[in-house]
Amino acid sequence: MNGTGVMSATSSETGRGFVDLTAMPGRRVFGAYLKEARYESVRMLRSPAFGIPFLSLPVALYLLFAVLLFGEALRNDPKAALFVFTGFDVMGVMGPGLFGFGIVVATEREQGLLTLKRALPMPPAAYLLAKMAMAMVFGVIVTATMIAAALTLGHLPLTVGQCFSIAAINILGALPFCALGLFIGTRVSAKAAPAITNLVYLAMIYLSGIMFPLPKTMQATAVIWPAYHLDQLMFRALGAPSQTMIHVAVLASVTLLLTALSIRRLARIG
Amino acid sequence: MNNDCLAELAGVSKRFGKIVALDGVDLKVRRGELFALLGPNGAGKTTAISLLLGLRQPDSGSAHLFGQLPQRVETRRRVGVMMQEVTLAPDLRVRELVDLVASYYPNPLIPDAVLEMTDTAPLRDRPYGKLSAGQKRQIQFALAVCGRPWLLFLDEPTVGLDVQARELMWSTLRQLVEDGSSIVLTTHYLEEAEALADRVAVLAKGRVIAEGTVNEIRAHVVRKRITCVTSLSSEEVATWPDVQSVSRDQQRLNITASNAETVVRRLLEADEDLEELEVRRAGLAEAFTELTQEVVA
Repeated sequence: MNGTGVMSATSSETGRGFVDLTAMPGRRVFGAYLKEARYESVRMLRSPAFGIPFLSLPVALYLLFAVLLFGEALRNDPKAALFVFTGFDVMGVMGPGLFGFGIVVATEREQGLLTLKRALPMPPAAYLLAKMAMAMVFGVIVTATMIAAALTLGHLPLTVGQCFSIAAINILGALPFCALGLFIGTRVSAKAAPAITNLVYLAMIYLSGIMFPLPKTMQATAVIWPAYHLDQLMFRALGAPSQTMIHVAVLASVTLLLTALSIRRLARIG
Repeated sequence: MNNDCLAELAGVSKRFGKIVALDGVDLKVRRGELFALLGPNGAGKTTAISLLLGLRQPDSGSAHLFGQLPQRVETRRRVGVMMQEVTLAPDLRVRELVDLVASYYPNPLIPDAVLEMTDTAPLRDRPYGKLSAGQKRQIQFALAVCGRPWLLFLDEPTVGLDVQARELMWSTLRQLVEDGSSIVLTTHYLEEAEALADRVAVLAKGRVIAEGTVNEIRAHVVRKRITCVTSLSSEEVATWPDVQSVSRDQQRLNITASNAETVVRRLLEADEDLEELEVRRAGLAEAFTELTQEVVA
């Protein structure tokens, strides 16, 4: 360590007598948000335990079911082919948001990283926005690989417009799962977070009806899961009749409500 | 709060359930000083730092940084922080971590300059998770100084460092203070506070039980230690006035005395062959032990 000085107080004095070095141009604040988002995505993509399952699992399962096991049958049943595609696509969107917040926030709370970030002059919303951006980046990658698989091996006749619609729905569709993950991550310990998040993830995959048609008695309960509403929006984008606004309203409400509750808890307890 | 007071707790009390963490604490950190906050485990040091950083709110009293509320992000742009227990993103490289934290500040050092300054340039492209415990502490220190802070909060900064790295950090801390930064240091190594601190506050059971320069704190303990090689028996010396305790370590006699001059004079008179005479005043460690024992008792 050499003697390089860290202070260079040359600006004007404030009314209270301190030199004001805290003014930060909007461009630099925006830059801080971008760097937080960039490094959050970079570190998650580098983390094999996170990146590999969430990037490869949905498309691998899609290829297994829609191509290898039931390829022939689905070619003769476009409706079922669409159902399988949207199911695995929604599954791919759910993972990064739920786990990226659920487990990672709980762990970072316990390991002191969140406390350090709160003590540092990190822009207030940067922590949450960076994780949301990370989930969206993963959503884009999952969408791109799913569409590529569907067009080439899955023989799903998607138009360019539909591909863009799916991408847009997936990017924004990551947010309710981020909010749900955040809600879990702010309330449970790092030890409990993997179990609770997995429980919610698996329960939602099966009980929302995105993978298998639910028995009639259970269909009414599917609406409580955000995955159901995202799946419905995907159907709508691919030409099936569905009530767009209701599903958008439910997903937006879940996102806002759970995020607000989580931010309140973070501010109170940390 | 005047211009020279960078951080202040005024009449602060804080409870966690039935536990009183801080009880009417007044603390001031002045411009250009290294202020050491000492105390046994559970004394309230971490709570005091948390309040100064805006991580918690006092139940009563007030906490200010630079005359403003510490919760304001603008206020904390003058502050660097090194916490004791923190796990940074293991998959980010060292330079990326510095680049990220530097982006929070209006006028930071460039990352390579920070790594040079903290002697961590060879770690530049290593993933943080692959570093040794000591290297991680060095990187956390680099993150604390990268924003050219006015006020540095360092919680046990040299835990896990080898002797060479610790001395390098000490010299950097001295240089930072010389350049005008102020530092709040909490440490279990009392020799660290003794070597670096301009002022010391001792917390015990949520109260400030002593505050002043290192010399002023040491003055709380009036006794001195005398050692020498002598043929005099410890039993005999123990009966002398002003002698508080005596022990023998092979040939060497260790005496604790409330008035060293009187005892030394008598030792020299009683044993003409006395050798290797040493008189030491109480160190900060002894003062700390005595002060905190008084409160606990």
